[in-house]
Amino acid sequence: MGIRFILMVNKQGQTRLAQYYEYLTLEERRALEPEIVRKCLARAEQQCSFVEHRNYKIVYRRYASLFFLVGVDNDENELAILEFIHLLVETMDRHFGNVCELDIMFHLEKAHFMLEEMVMNGCIVETNKSSILAPIQLMDKMN
Amino acid sequence: MEQLKTIGRELAMGSQGGFGQSKEFLDLVKSIGEARSKAEEERIVLLEIETLKRRLSEPDIPKRKMKEYIIRLVYVEMLGHDGSFAYIHAVKMTHDDNLLLKRTGYLAVSLFLSDDHDLIILIVNTIQKDLRSDNYLVVCAALNAVCKLINDETVPAVLPQVVDLLGHPKEAVRKKAIMALHRFYQKSPSSVSHLVSNFRKRLCDNDPGVMGATLCSLFDLITIDANSFKDLVVSFVSILKQVAERRLPKAYDYHQLPAPFIQIRLLKILALLGSGDKQSSEQMYTVVGDIFRKCDSSSNIGNAVLYECICCVSSIYPNPRLLEQAAQVISRFLKSDSHNLKYMGIDALGRLIKISPEIAEQHQLAVIDCLEDPDDTLKRKTFELLYKMTKSSNVEVIVDRMIDYMISINDNHYKTYIASRCVELAEQFAPSNQWFILTMNKVFEHAGDLVNVKVAHNLMKLIAEGFGEDDDNADSQLRSSAVESYLRIIGEPKLPSVFLQVICWVLGEYGTADGKYSASYITGKLCDVAEAYSNDESVKAYAVTAIMKIYAFEISARRKVDILPECQSLVEELSASHSTDLQQRAYELQAVISLDAPAVESIIPPDASCEDIEIDKNLSFLNGYVQEALEKGAQPYIPENERSGVLDISNFGNQDHHEALTHSLRFEAYELPKPVMPSRVPPAAVASSTELVPVPEPSYARETRQPASLPSASDAGSSELKLRLDGVQKKWGRPTYSSSASPSTNSSSSTSHKTTNGVTQVDSVGTSNSKARDTYDSRRPQVEISPEKQKLASSLFGGPSKTEKRPSSANHKASKASTHTSEKSQAPKAAAAHTEVNREPAPDLLDLGDSTSSSSAPAIDPFKQLEGLLDQTDVASNVNHGTAGAAKTPDFMGLYADTPVSGLGSSVGDLLPTNRDEFNLTSELSNATRTAQGGVTQFNKGPNPKDALEKDSLVRQMGVTPTSPNPNLFRDLLG
Repeated sequence: MGIRFILMVNKQGQTRLAQYYEYLTLEERRALEPEIVRKCLARAEQQCSFVEHRNYKIVYRRYASLFFLVGVDNDENELAILEFIHLLVETMDRHFGNVCELDIMFHLEKAHFMLEEMVMNGCIVETNKSSILAPIQLMDKMN
Repeated sequence: MEQLKTIGRELAMGSQGGFGQSKEFLDLVKSIGEARSKAEEERIVLLEIETLKRRLSEPDIPKRKMKEYIIRLVYVEMLGHDGSFAYIHAVKMTHDDNLLLKRTGYLAVSLFLSDDHDLIILIVNTIQKDLRSDNYLVVCAALNAVCKLINDETVPAVLPQVVDLLGHPKEAVRKKAIMALHRFYQKSPSSVSHLVSNFRKRLCDNDPGVMGATLCSLFDLITIDANSFKDLVVSFVSILKQVAERRLPKAYDYHQLPAPFIQIRLLKILALLGSGDKQSSEQMYTVVGDIFRKCDSSSNIGNAVLYECICCVSSIYPNPRLLEQAAQVISRFLKSDSHNLKYMGIDALGRLIKISPEIAEQHQLAVIDCLEDPDDTLKRKTFELLYKMTKSSNVEVIVDRMIDYMISINDNHYKTYIASRCVELAEQFAPSNQWFILTMNKVFEHAGDLVNVKVAHNLMKLIAEGFGEDDDNADSQLRSSAVESYLRIIGEPKLPSVFLQVICWVLGEYGTADGKYSASYITGKLCDVAEAYSNDESVKAYAVTAIMKIYAFEISARRKVDILPECQSLVEELSASHSTDLQQRAYELQAVISLDAPAVESIIPPDASCEDIEIDKNLSFLNGYVQEALEKGAQPYIPENERSGVLDISNFGNQDHHEALTHSLRFEAYELPKPVMPSRVPPAAVASSTELVPVPEPSYARETRQPASLPSASDAGSSELKLRLDGVQKKWGRPTYSSSASPSTNSSSSTSHKTTNGVTQVDSVGTSNSKARDTYDSRRPQVEISPEKQKLASSLFGGPSKTEKRPSSANHKASKASTHTSEKSQAPKAAAAHTEVNREPAPDLLDLGDSTSSSSAPAIDPFKQLEGLLDQTDVASNVNHGTAGAAKTPDFMGLYADTPVSGLGSSVGDLLPTNRDEFNLTSELSNATRTAQGGVTQFNKGPNPKDALEKDSLVRQMGVTPTSPNPNLFRDLLG
């Protein structure tokens, strides 16, 4: 499976984007998110960017006020996931230009579309920024 | 340029009327963005739900509006509220012809619904239609939905179309089609088993994106069955070589590294294919070596690839040159200041020591640093590593550490995990029984409710059997110390049930054995336990039986029995209990104490818990009685297997309900044929994991279980390799010790004695050997294993192997073990003795060859030892480390303090965190630029307040007046 979920959460612990690659019910998500967000937000800058949680791991990275949390299976390469997060931010930055939290909030569906291009079935399938953004830009043009 | 871009964007947005969304939406986003607490957010969302319900009930909603409503609904669900009232609108939107609306509809549906939701059936048709579309973007949108929404039942509806799309001219479609197939494979492998060739074909796709996606599917396939894909090794190696040689388009580069995510995936696949396959592995050596050389070790992503190389190298058939490269990378990781790299280094070390154990030695200090680190993640990873390198010489230090950590945490999930690890290591490597008991006590005391009940049975068995040698003195010392330790612990509040059962049993069996404590003292304690845990029937059952045993031993010893008043009231209370089991025990107790000494002696012989009960299966002693009955015209007995139909409960009518139940259960479970050895009858309690209370049971029940529970001696080594605990459990189970506790068993069967020791010995030695072999196989020459094994067997289970001569290299351990066994007789001093005897924990800890540990035994102050594993370094470095750690602490605190402050929300309070943000931001930035090596110019923009202001003003223009501006919302993520 690889990636189980991707969360974007701000410093106050408010969810800005959530994508799960295995279905969780609303109740499960409500229970899970605050728990892991609390775990990650409580950590100091110089500590590992990885947190074990139950039988999987969370790789997280902070950009300004926004935290990117990725839940991965135990055999996943944590450093690579850390860089995947950066790639995601770079991609969003290329599209929005100086991407900020508000861009993601106002264009939630676009952020999701990018993720859809990059990750399928919990696997990283595309890392070429042009390929990721092409369909989204085409859609923008058509509308 | 930068400005032009911003202005352009502003214009574009302006022409759409802001962000192309209504004021209502902008207000919603703004208010959510500015919400200062979870409660405020809840209020906003609840209000929004009401608004949406109202809006959606209006007639003729324009499509654009509907899209916005759906996205607002996504917000509602994302923030944890039920949006099911509008699911149907999302489903309807997937039918729309407009691509953006369709895709939004698909997105919303896949976010809202599980793949077995009732509404999905309304979408399958649309998906089918969209898969046939001329517009490849529509096809892509449908394929995305296929991956999320199609379950194993609906696979056939779209499978043919998906397979057709594998040949689509657009690479984006081929890529998504292969992923759809991958999804089908995850959902129901059988549905696509005939299509595996497609994955192979797509591996050679011209487009790197399609090839990369195919790797995901192939990785899953190879994980399950590597052998069918060995022919692809050449292809994978050649692809990896081309990637590493930068033959892929530049666009796949990430921070100057060619397609690192594809490289990592390929290395994972190679690791699987090369595992245990010398021929395949040899084909990989060159390319992996190349990557080791080429990877940029200064960037995160380069290190990620290097780490994957190490994983690969430690999985495939070993190659000395690659191992050396891997070791170099590991040592660089461990020496790094970055916690992330240390973490990766520890993990990599754990992988590599399986092949080259000697590399651990040079990293001793780094490992200990990580263990001492306040960062839990790093600490746990290090425990993982220590677990892998535990052996009998270092087990004490490691397990002590683990227990300390276990006590310090609250996370039950991890507590359970680490407790089971402690138990496993203690059972496997315990240097002495004394130590084992003390260790188990600690584990039970702090995590008793979390460990498997088998562990308790193992402990009781150990105390009962002792060393298994003919050293009765040592055995009784062991028991005395156990009794002593339990009397000390018993007063603690809230002990776990399982632990109390062990305590009660041991006190009942051995409480008065050494004459140190009087019967009334012990029984008083037992009564206290029964009273303090009056809700726990198992504990009460154990306690009352223990009391009975104490009195029985008193009677056997011709001493006068004074029944304590609290005892008396306990017995009275229990004989009126709702639990038939407790009642029976109470009546048994009363019956036993009214008997005379010889009778009691034959019912409950002292210290006979490990004696074997031999059962007269034919019940020949009843022949006379049966004959008499037959003569009087009774029906002859028809054996069970000759009776037809289900078990006839009426046959057991005279047994109480409980027994009938247990019997019928066991009858089902133990029919597996196994060699029967009727002469040795270690009566086994296989079902004891489900049943905490030793229930006295008639011998026939035992007979049915016998065959299954009795692995023959030859059996033990081979077939039980992985069943070590089970095997042990079967032998150690309840009847071994409950035999003396249940007079009904004893009296109803003619007993003749034979120790279980013989059998258990063989069994446990055999299985533990195999266990040891698993762990050590590759890292120790065979000669070295055997003393380990012997020691393990002899120290844990006792037996003839103990006396065998060891190779000299293991001598210090042997002497150590014997010091343990002989010196540590007094329980109170045990802990101190433990550290004293264990002079050299640190060298042992990391010592994987025996040579160093014997040479390095600096006699330092024993109190230092108590503090940890650091003694191999000189004391000065210890201190340095300590102070460094202390100096760091304030920083940590400062950072922790950051979070709460920022939550306060007043604009004054906001200034502080903002400043800190700047700080964090720059550090993140410098990190990013360092990793980017300046190559990607757009990262060097720096925090741009101007942009933030522009966005702010933009929002104002759109009519959204930020009342309490939250600057964070406008902060560039990339700085």
